[in-house]
Amino acid sequence: MRTTLLMGALLCVSSTAGAQQIPDSTARRQQRTLDSLSTALAAVNARLDSLAAKPPAPPMAPMAPMAPMAPMAPMRASGAYMNVSFVGLTGFDWSTSKDVGALQVGDHEPHVRGFAIPNAELALDGTVDPYLKAFANVVYKLDSNGETGVELEEMFFLTTSLPGNLQVKGGQFFTEFGRQNVQHPHSWAFADQPLALNRMFGPEGLRSQGLRISWLLPTSFYTEATMAVLNSAGTTTYSFRSEESSAIHGGLPIERAVGGAGDMLYVPRVATSVDLTSTQTLLMGVSGAFGPNNSGSSARTQIFGTDLYWKWKSPTAHQGFPFVAFQSEALVRRYDAAARDGEANPSLTLPSESLRDRGVYAQLLWGIKPMLVAGVRADYANGDHARYPVLDAPEGVNRSRYSTNLTWFPSEYSKFRFQYNYDHRTGIGNDHSLLLQFEFLLGAHAAHKF
Amino acid sequence: MTPLTHLVVAFGALLTTAGAETPRAAKPLIVVATTPDLAALAKAIGGNAVDVKALAKPTEDPHFVDAKPSHIVTLNRADVLIDGGAELELGWLPSLLESARNSKIAAGAPGRISVSQGIHLLDVPTSFDRAKGDVHAMGNPHFMLDPLNVRVIVTQIADRLTKVDPASAALYHANLKWFLGTLDQKLLAWQKELEPFRGAKIVTYHKDFVYLAERFKLEVVETLEPKPGISPSPAHLAQVISRMRSEKVRVILVQPFQSRKTAETVARQTDAVVLDVAQQPGALKNTATYFDLMDSIVHTLATALQEKR
Repeated sequence: MRTTLLMGALLCVSSTAGAQQIPDSTARRQQRTLDSLSTALAAVNARLDSLAAKPPAPPMAPMAPMAPMAPMAPMRASGAYMNVSFVGLTGFDWSTSKDVGALQVGDHEPHVRGFAIPNAELALDGTVDPYLKAFANVVYKLDSNGETGVELEEMFFLTTSLPGNLQVKGGQFFTEFGRQNVQHPHSWAFADQPLALNRMFGPEGLRSQGLRISWLLPTSFYTEATMAVLNSAGTTTYSFRSEESSAIHGGLPIERAVGGAGDMLYVPRVATSVDLTSTQTLLMGVSGAFGPNNSGSSARTQIFGTDLYWKWKSPTAHQGFPFVAFQSEALVRRYDAAARDGEANPSLTLPSESLRDRGVYAQLLWGIKPMLVAGVRADYANGDHARYPVLDAPEGVNRSRYSTNLTWFPSEYSKFRFQYNYDHRTGIGNDHSLLLQFEFLLGAHAAHKF
Repeated sequence: MTPLTHLVVAFGALLTTAGAETPRAAKPLIVVATTPDLAALAKAIGGNAVDVKALAKPTEDPHFVDAKPSHIVTLNRADVLIDGGAELELGWLPSLLESARNSKIAAGAPGRISVSQGIHLLDVPTSFDRAKGDVHAMGNPHFMLDPLNVRVIVTQIADRLTKVDPASAALYHANLKWFLGTLDQKLLAWQKELEPFRGAKIVTYHKDFVYLAERFKLEVVETLEPKPGISPSPAHLAQVISRMRSEKVRVILVQPFQSRKTAETVARQTDAVVLDVAQQPGALKNTATYFDLMDSIVHTLATALQEKR
């Protein structure tokens, strides 16, 4: 080994000495080059010798001495046992409507004029063992009186090595329906959720306890099919067995226990993606959510959705900018309400009826230059009113909204957002709102999804 | 109930029909590299026995690659994944790997080559404080411009390819031998070309040329970014300009994805020249291999330093 390396070094000497036609115009430079050659050679020879002595040894630079105060690298280096992060979202909001809570119905949106802390979340994630990863997300929420509520927003495991391109997720999680439902407020492009999602999934999005199986198809382009089986009760399954379902059908919800597999919530989805060019990507999906609702003992709800995301990113993107991204989702819900007692007047029986709601939004983002994004969004949602006229509930009115915003990231770990909303609600009127947000991130930075 | 039943049945049918995958016979090993520089090394060592694909484009910022779904498919079918490992890909690779569900390239598997293992990293922080910008906890991940690091890396790649695909061991070994021989010769030539400029001062946009500077005895006196990952501010640029003037720094290096305009503004006020260099093979013309790339960087630097002397 040592001899071959020395031979190599000798070869180097002869070949480089022979190659005098270096692109150099001045004789002065050539002279200097020759002078320095022997020095350089000596250095390289010494280096080669040491490499021959212990081949895989790292380069020459001296190892940094291990100081007693050296950092606890395993705690902070990525992927070591557990990543810990904390996201804090603060806001200041003003609207022409005094009842901000009726205008902004999402859980992570302002509900009063003035300051707000719409979201504070502690996120933990890591690899459990060679077979599983796990993720937990604990959310602290301050209501309009400053009272703090705590909720276990997500907590799930994810398999890493199942055969057949399968993957199972289990626990409580935002269900893969459409594009935005799975995203945390930290990843939203606007300060509030699209109206379509509010209408179908309620203030907190569609999430529940259950299992999800996913299959990455062996196609040449990305195609993934997922199926989630979930419990169908609670606020986070708003269109199903939710205690707040009277806002949808105007009747008194019944106690409806789980009788069989048909009383679970099923959420299938197929998503596919192609790279249109080396700088443009298209991602499309269709989703469904099917389960029982509690207007009656055999009443059911079906939700269908399609989603589309297109993104262009510059081939010389710096920090991910510039880019242009378009995102749109359309959802329809068929809520089969059974004959039920009226909520306002229980002596009155409401006839069974099928209520249909529709919602759509489209948004365009422009990443102008590093750390600056401008966005516009149009929102629309409408629906059948239950025949019994209780539905003055603001959740049920036909409404549209136009929003525009500007987001500035001082670094990857903080952001300022300025957003303006123009709202139109049938029968209520028009409103203007200004939403300001500041968000910070402490700790590990989770990898971005597409 | 009917639409639900239909959907469940359709979903089930989809699951059962499309599952069969034909086994491949003596196909080339599928090697995926996160960045084109690693891909170039894998090609040099693997030759015809491997089919190499890079995830990042040569011209884009390797810190911020989109986790495109097509990358999930690429990683799902990979036999070997080569990544830098020192947090360079932290913002996008973990979520891709999570979706790719390929245990052959999981951390610790023979098919996963994280090349920073075995490299002595520079700029390792002694304290963790993001007031200093987006500092990588493990050290500076732009280590490929030191040829001696590449020596370690190609050896590592050859070892692992041999382990995963013993049938082509002779080829990998021969290619490694050729590569190391050429590298030793080239290193000598590069050192010779830059030797006249020992101690020369340069400015870069990001802290991405520190290994080059360390190996070839150049001094990076300032970066246009005030701190890693923080965009240049007027106040900081003013400071850079005054330092460049007082220390007579006449060369600014920018990569294709960094702001040339900012560099030009500074250069105009300091009588400096802006050099277009790239760390990724293929970003600039005639830089397809690691040797071509280094030839180009060294020659561009030497020419400019000579002219601005």
